[in-house]
Amino acid sequence: MATDATAANGIDTDGQWGLWEVFTQAGKGAPHEHAGSVHATDAEHAMQNARDVYARRGEAVSLWVVPAEAIIASAPSDAGPFFDPGNDKAYRHPQFYKVPRGVRVF
Amino acid sequence: MEQPTTVTADESALVAAFEARIAAGESIEPKDWMPERYRRQLIRMMSQHAHSEIVGMLPEGNWITRAPSLRRKMSLIAKVQDEAGHGLYIYCGTETLGVDRHELVAQLLDGRAKYSSIFNYPTLSWADMGVIGWFVDGAAIVNQTILAKASYGPYARAMVRICKEENFHKRQGYEICATLANGTPAQREMLQEAVNRFWWPSLMMFGPSDTDSPNSAELLKWRVKRKTNDELRQRFINLTVPQAAAIGVTLPDPDLRFNAETNNWEFGEIDWAEFFQVIGGNGPCNKERIAARQKAHDDGAWVREAATAHAGKQRRDVQAA
Repeated sequence: MATDATAANGIDTDGQWGLWEVFTQAGKGAPHEHAGSVHATDAEHAMQNARDVYARRGEAVSLWVVPAEAIIASAPSDAGPFFDPGNDKAYRHPQFYKVPRGVRVF
Repeated sequence: MEQPTTVTADESALVAAFEARIAAGESIEPKDWMPERYRRQLIRMMSQHAHSEIVGMLPEGNWITRAPSLRRKMSLIAKVQDEAGHGLYIYCGTETLGVDRHELVAQLLDGRAKYSSIFNYPTLSWADMGVIGWFVDGAAIVNQTILAKASYGPYARAMVRICKEENFHKRQGYEICATLANGTPAQREMLQEAVNRFWWPSLMMFGPSDTDSPNSAELLKWRVKRKTNDELRQRFINLTVPQAAAIGVTLPDPDLRFNAETNNWEFGEIDWAEFFQVIGGNGPCNKERIAARQKAHDDGAWVREAATAHAGKQRRDVQAA
């Protein structure tokens, strides 16, 4: 993982460039999806590397590059309690509601 | 790595939960708990795979300046660039396991890391470019199609991406072979000679027979591998025999015969002594390959320094403004 030192000078203590996560958009209107990562000294360099590594065959119409340390991810160990509020509300799903017999599914 | 403090106290329960997830066909992601042994096996296997892509650029790069036409040259440059990209995809996946690419590259250059034995054979004629695409990339596709279902998410996703690109590699190789097969007697002879040299080393690419492969059982249990080395080798042979017949080349194995009961092409004994010699560093080109990689790394030093200096200057300019 990149450290704060990486963010400050683009290069970490053992001489490796900072890590950038790459997101590609396959077509207009499609979401950007994580494709992988590249090492680069700065944003422009990361963008060029991302193009060369992840878009050699027209796989993308748009690229995002994000410093890896800027991404805040949920922790797998907390996944249960963290997502609980979304799991215990069956009334958020259409299947919760009964439709009178004879009414065609809409 | 952030790990819950209960790991040591309750490791066996975590392993059981981990193995249950794998048995249920779930994919394991970078921040999920995994046994240290799984992590180490993946780092070993994925870094060897990444190194193979990078070293694999060398035998083919050798022929770029001598490609027989502009069309062939464009294809070969694109293929070699793809191999660099494949190496980067897999290094990127390996880094999610908590190891730096920097460290992996150092292991390759100082000889601690292994890579596919096939790249320690020389590329002596233009026909080798065709045969490598056909056999070596063909074998890689057989292997990687199964790895695309591996239990570790980042590895599986890299394989999906790579498999799409390898199909171009195999077809461009087979096209070269088919063209030579339709050419002059000298061209046909050159093709057959390349096939003779690369057939057996290509079969060795799948690794030792499972009975002699120390890592196979564990990798299969954790679904890092989904098929045994022998199963994959057999599949490659079954696919390749008709392709050879279609362009009129002979595979150099007098024992090759179809078994109508098993639907498999049976084949002769593989020279495993040769395989272990090559893996052990004594193949025809081991030293040359690493020397070439080291030279490329050293020759690129000024580019890395310039990029770092440029980024530093940009940052200072922003701060000064």
